[in-house]
Amino acid sequence: MIELKSISKSFEGKRVLHDINGLFENGKTNLIIGRSGSGKTVLMNCIVGLMRPDAGQILYDGQDMLALSKSSLVMLRRQMGMLFQGSALFDSMTVIENVMFPLDMFSTDSYKERKHRAQECLDRVNLGDAENKLPGELSGGMQKRAAIARAISMRPKYLFCDEPNSGLDPKTSLVIDNLIFEITKENAMTTIVNTHDMNSVMGIGENIVFLYHGDKEWQGNKDDILNSQNQRLNDFIFASDFSKKLRQVNE
Amino acid sequence: MVLVKWLIAFGKYLRMLHRVFSRPDRVRMFFKKYYAEIYQLGIDSIGIVLVISLFIGAVICIQFKMNIQSSWMPAWVPGYASREIMLLEFSSSIMCLILSGKVGSNVASELGTMRVTQQIDALDIMGVNSANYLILPKIVALVSIMPILVTLSVAAGIAGAYAIVYIAHIGTIRDLTIGMQYSFNQWFFWMGVIKAMFFGFLITTISAYYGYNVKGGSVEVGKASTNAVVTSSILILVTDTFLTQLLS
Repeated sequence: MIELKSISKSFEGKRVLHDINGLFENGKTNLIIGRSGSGKTVLMNCIVGLMRPDAGQILYDGQDMLALSKSSLVMLRRQMGMLFQGSALFDSMTVIENVMFPLDMFSTDSYKERKHRAQECLDRVNLGDAENKLPGELSGGMQKRAAIARAISMRPKYLFCDEPNSGLDPKTSLVIDNLIFEITKENAMTTIVNTHDMNSVMGIGENIVFLYHGDKEWQGNKDDILNSQNQRLNDFIFASDFSKKLRQVNE
Repeated sequence: MVLVKWLIAFGKYLRMLHRVFSRPDRVRMFFKKYYAEIYQLGIDSIGIVLVISLFIGAVICIQFKMNIQSSWMPAWVPGYASREIMLLEFSSSIMCLILSGKVGSNVASELGTMRVTQQIDALDIMGVNSANYLILPKIVALVSIMPILVTLSVAAGIAGAYAIVYIAHIGTIRDLTIGMQYSFNQWFFWMGVIKAMFFGFLITTISAYYGYNVKGGSVEVGKASTNAVVTSSILILVTDTFLTQLLS
């Protein structure tokens, strides 16, 4: 479980996040949504520790990440897996080497066991036959799946996904969403997904935080969203003509 | 203002070195990366070192024989001068200036690209000390292969001098050999090795600093690569002055 308490962040006097509170539970896919520039990525970077907030607390199962010693922070990070927007696979390594990398760094298992675990992860994301390919030889969707396999190889307690569907077609996006959802359930992880993809919101949004100009504007789940009276949220969710018509049909 | 900017950059450089020189997370992974870097930064540079040293050795010999030698100078002077120039300056300082272009841009652009594609962030999130994992093997690899590169450079320079004397008939092999053996001071070779190792450290750390701290996209990676080469070249020249004075 991850809890945010009064997170604020500014850059050169410009307020990017203001007094953000939130609770992200185990075994749920938690979504942070909002328009471009609303502070989603900054919030995600603060949660994973790539940025330090100006104020507030980030509690990982009760322990404040910002107050941890360097060595404790390293130990906490080894329980995290992250899927980056651009996949961030290591160019010089094959897919299997990428997935094995965290195991090579931190696992005390034998080479055979590490390789077996990596193959298990690749099979889980249906990428078993691409293990010897380089990231550059994979499609965008395959790269995302390989990055998911790498993120889960150490059996993390916390999974973070930054814009997992950016640059993917709707069908591939669905595959990635389902994968994130299933993996979260299977491993009872605390998953936080940063997205502005409405299909993801309606498909896997068990707990949704809506950011608007750095403020937490709304929180709920995918069922609440359709009935929300929040104008800013509705403007964001039903921005396209297609979704507006869909809502009218629904009503 | 420029001084403050320079001091801030120097402070950031020292902080990066503090992260770099810590115990590797996994020694096995360090050596795996070290061997890869030895190949990429060292073995891959042997070709350019040999070619340039061979021709410079030949050119020094031609210059002394054709343009500087006169009737009052002994016939062995071109051999002596070729050896001393190769040992004292070319194989250490000038070779490192050339390497700062090849290796420096390679290191800065590799790390810069890893930064802008979030590969370094991925390492940090995993709990890996990214500076240590990525930069330390590069430093150790280049510094440890420098003695070999210096030796090869000196050998190629001397071979170039012999080759030009033999091919262009600008003197005798005997005179050249006498010059090459005249008043040989072994310390000059070690001085070149020490200087080159120091310059190897400068090239990798400065280039790594620029690459590792890139912010932005491909344009910034290009700028970082250029800055790495320019800064390390200037610092090689400046420190060469002090090191030469110190070691002489």
